[in-house]
Amino acid sequence: MRPRRTIPSIEKLPTGIPGFDLIARGGLSKGRTTLVAGTAGSGKTMFATQFLVEGIRAQQRREPGVFVTFEEPPDDICQNVASMGWDIPAWEADGRWLFVDASPHPGDEADVVGSYDLGALMARIEHAVRQLGASRVSLDSLGAVFTRFPDGGIIRRELHRLVSGLKELGVTTVLTAERSDEAGEIARYRVEEFVADNVVILRNTLEQEKRRRTIEILKFRGTDHQKGEFPFTVLADQGIVVIPLSAIELKQKSSDVRITSGNTQLDAICGGGFFRDSVILVSGATGTGKTLLSTEFVDGGVGRGERCLLLGFEESREQLFRNAIGWGRDFAHMEQAGLLRVVCEYPESAGLEDHLLRIKAEIETFRPGRVAIDSLSALERVSTPKSFREFIIGLTSYIKEGEIAGLFTATTPTLLGGASVTEGHISTITDSIILLRYVELYGQMRRGLTVLKMRGSSHDKEIREFTIDDRGLHIGKPFRNVTGILAGNPRQATPGELERIEKLFPEGL
Amino acid sequence: MTIANGPERPTPTHADGAPSNGPYELTLYVTGQTVRSARAVATLRWISEQLRGACELTIVDVLERPQLAEDERIVATPTVIRRRPAPPRRLIGDLSDIGKVILGLDLPLGAAAAEGRSA
Repeated sequence: MRPRRTIPSIEKLPTGIPGFDLIARGGLSKGRTTLVAGTAGSGKTMFATQFLVEGIRAQQRREPGVFVTFEEPPDDICQNVASMGWDIPAWEADGRWLFVDASPHPGDEADVVGSYDLGALMARIEHAVRQLGASRVSLDSLGAVFTRFPDGGIIRRELHRLVSGLKELGVTTVLTAERSDEAGEIARYRVEEFVADNVVILRNTLEQEKRRRTIEILKFRGTDHQKGEFPFTVLADQGIVVIPLSAIELKQKSSDVRITSGNTQLDAICGGGFFRDSVILVSGATGTGKTLLSTEFVDGGVGRGERCLLLGFEESREQLFRNAIGWGRDFAHMEQAGLLRVVCEYPESAGLEDHLLRIKAEIETFRPGRVAIDSLSALERVSTPKSFREFIIGLTSYIKEGEIAGLFTATTPTLLGGASVTEGHISTITDSIILLRYVELYGQMRRGLTVLKMRGSSHDKEIREFTIDDRGLHIGKPFRNVTGILAGNPRQATPGELERIEKLFPEGL
Repeated sequence: MTIANGPERPTPTHADGAPSNGPYELTLYVTGQTVRSARAVATLRWISEQLRGACELTIVDVLERPQLAEDERIVATPTVIRRRPAPPRRLIGDLSDIGKVILGLDLPLGAAAAEGRSA
């Protein structure tokens, strides 16, 4: 009998590209070639460049890299990424980066007489790898090789040899290739035939006038990865940042510690306050008191010495501060004490992916115990439904992971009744929902509040009237004899009707 | 490396018929001793002979001297560069068609020479 073959499992090489290693469950297959395919402008060259940059920059690794360029001259590549703080010429000087320039130069054009191979290219790459002791190689991009050499058959055969050669060298390789469109074949020139083991696809699609970049690991042969498309963004100082939204595991601890909402009456209605690590959605029409509830939520935290982060997307900083003063809260004082941080941004100032990263960065640096966002609906305006849902999931899981209490507001489009689109996306994700509604009674506008949902606890189910004055929000008695508040057409119920309703549900049930 | 020598050739002449002794400098880049390499070397050795000392031929094995290939950004092999006279010219392939090589490198050899060799 032959001895049993031992198969070493495929090791992963962490790329260091933020977020990517999470969806790749550890990184790229070590010692293998990964095909990164995408249409023009999808970020292929950025990915190939950053793959080397992260290897060089990582303190614990310091892996030198070889960049084989078929398309852009090295000078252009250096120039394009210099603004990100990536100083390739410096790395070249201290032996951590080497270009193998296979880009077309004027004067290098050659006619073909007879058969040829790409042996010189392989020899140059091998030479460069040995010279640096490189462990990472990027080749960008294959399409240019096919346009330069006329015989596709020869090039495919030669590239296949090249990929085998790289494997023998033991380097981990990123190979980029063009796709003609977002939906069609994996890559042009059928290159996936010889690098079929690992395929990553970058997409850059236009959805409802918004650019949406996604990355998908199509396959990693013999090893695990997250499935589906994940949004990513290209930041001016970091390069590609993948947002591994649904990759975040739902392993949040459920806390039964209660915290105050900042309003003792509201605490009572909620059965003793919000839960420590819960996400609360406050929904209501404009002017019903959503900003006030976030202000009280923040104030409640600061009052107990917790750091609070307030993110405003509808009103300016000055306006939020003035509002707070109007309700007897002094934000300026809280900020001075270092317990509050108010950040206001125009929703339109960035894409939703970028907003999410900025919010995460704020949370990471400030380390708050509470986060209030006013409002989510403003952010929804600047995104597609899909991106928005991903944003909500990403944000919610991030907040819960950090055991932070979150209060988000959502604006309903109509003054009376109605549900916001935001609610549709978020209601299943949040732990509690508080509805604020206008109630028109006898020609007067009153305000009503009800707790619609309180995960893991009982709560007051009545719709209560509330008023707002210079000390904040005051919850009063339930609306009696009125029906149809949530539907938006409140009307007085006659005593006879009330009696009938009570008889619908016999006592003891 | 073996060189396939043909029989005696007619005197090399330029395209316009005038004899030439211009200083030609050719560099051939090959990868090891492959069939393709051997063919290209043979063609250029023969051409160099025809040019009667007016041609300086250098052969570079990129497996041994990869840096030289790097310096000239050679991607495919075999590649021949006519360095002199300027401007430089390049051809890739095993150079099996001598007529095309003579044309492509603009060498002062008549088509008859090529025919004589392949005969």
